[in-house]
Amino acid sequence: MTAWSRFCRNRLALLGLALVVVLALSAALAPWLAPLDPTRQSLVEKRARPGGKYLLGADEFGRDILSRVIYGSRVALLVGVLSMLIALVGGLLLGTLAGFTGGWLDAVLMRGIEILLAFPYLLLALAIVAMLGPGVLNTTIAVGIWGVPAVTRIVRGSVLTLREAEYVGAARALGAPGRALLRRHILPNIIPGLIVYATLFMANAILLEAALSFLGLGVQPPTASWGLMVSTGRDVLLVAPHVATVPGLAIMLAVLAFNLVGDGLRDALDPRLR
Amino acid sequence: MLTFVVRRLLLAVPVLLGVVFVVMLTIDLLPGDAVTLMLGEHATKEAVAALREHLGLDQPFAVRYLEYVARLARGDLGRSIQQNRPVARELADAWPATLQLTIAALLIAAGVGIAAGIVSAVWPNSVFDAIARLASLFGLSMPIFWTGLVLIVVFSLWLNWLPVGGAGSLSHLVLPAVTLALPSVAMVSRMTRSAVLDVLGEDYVRTARAKGVAETWVLGKHALRNAFIPILTLLGLQSGQLMGGAVLTETVFAWPGLGRLMVKAIFARDYVLLQGAVLVFALAFVVINLLVDLSYGLLDPRVGRQG
Repeated sequence: MTAWSRFCRNRLALLGLALVVVLALSAALAPWLAPLDPTRQSLVEKRARPGGKYLLGADEFGRDILSRVIYGSRVALLVGVLSMLIALVGGLLLGTLAGFTGGWLDAVLMRGIEILLAFPYLLLALAIVAMLGPGVLNTTIAVGIWGVPAVTRIVRGSVLTLREAEYVGAARALGAPGRALLRRHILPNIIPGLIVYATLFMANAILLEAALSFLGLGVQPPTASWGLMVSTGRDVLLVAPHVATVPGLAIMLAVLAFNLVGDGLRDALDPRLR
Repeated sequence: MLTFVVRRLLLAVPVLLGVVFVVMLTIDLLPGDAVTLMLGEHATKEAVAALREHLGLDQPFAVRYLEYVARLARGDLGRSIQQNRPVARELADAWPATLQLTIAALLIAAGVGIAAGIVSAVWPNSVFDAIARLASLFGLSMPIFWTGLVLIVVFSLWLNWLPVGGAGSLSHLVLPAVTLALPSVAMVSRMTRSAVLDVLGEDYVRTARAKGVAETWVLGKHALRNAFIPILTLLGLQSGQLMGGAVLTETVFAWPGLGRLMVKAIFARDYVLLQGAVLVFALAFVVINLLVDLSYGLLDPRVGRQG
């Protein structure tokens, strides 16, 4: 049975995939899907309850929450995908470097990585954002850097095991240079594990971006970011609870979607892990 | 045993020095300048220079780092820039609240998570198991700050049972502790389920059952004791996540702890206070993981003999 058919038999994973597709579509088609301009203010209709003209209500500036949630998916996915690329590239470079060279370089790198991994994730990202300052780009960089240590450890571990594998030894005995070993024999075997990690990373990246924006250290107003929307809604929580709770629902669904797909991929790609 | 503890604590020193180094370097590279922020944009050049000198910021980075470490060795964390109070005192004021919050959350996570995980493992694929696994998926996907706000809406606004925020009584603690605990409850119940399921498949469990040992005894004596080691490791790791989550929870519930202090310090560019707060978090994390390592010896006699 192929991995794909195993994945398709997992109903929860398919549900997750459907949610991811919805998310991607809403990000791609935001200008056509959004019923209203996400930045249009209407102070007479501020904090409008859900229903009528504002399907999910309006926020404290009278901006349409549904439209802002749709546009917010762009920020969430953009930060998620870009930070994932940063984490993968950084982790692949450091991991193969550590795994292949070994010796003192490996020892020093891995000690540093362990310290970073031991650090509570939010505190690390907070420290990086405190250094870079807020904004979409800097949030992406902070979330990406936060992901590098874990990828490094996964890649290094796989490189170390695979380096000793018989078929790699055979290729080496036949005179294959180190670069070819890495590209032809080692990297292809790391990829399934990395795909699973990358999917689960998306879930955490969306959570982290939302958390940083909620604290006011991530995406800045007036950009529509879900975390930021929850944060502004917090000020009017007791008079208009929907302003804060609706965008949070979007965060939860997006994170849930990537978690479901990631779990499904892991079970499908490596049935032993069940 | 004692040498083990001492050795582990000594090993923590370079880690903490590394943390201080990274944090100081981070703040050093900050684009915003603490001094201009303090004096306002219209301050004279002389005033800025004087304050920089007063704070020691005119010194090169290496000198400042060594001086900070030297003062640290004497227990002096410097004075906070905003309040001009000893940082040690500000931290001492804030940390009991955070400790209270994280311990309460850890107890909830351990209690509810382990119980749910055991029930799920003993009756796998039952209705309870299905609900618990679905709930844990949601628990892992909900942003903690949003969970807190939803709980406030339900329990403070609609039901009027619990206070919206602040600290002081047990009723103030309930909502923040539950909020902070939820993701960990999900993690712990997942982990417990798979750990107990693994152990229940072992030969010694089959043997115990075959010789007629009562099922509760099989579970309590044979299965849980062995399953507890991975669970305990996870709880140690979760305590780190709880400290991260405390930053958000404290912000949502206006809980007067270290997390809120830290966020305030970041906004105020109060680097002295920020350094102190990060150091306390790192120290707490080291101590918790030491405690976890020590408790392995209590659960698994093999570990104790080797150490």
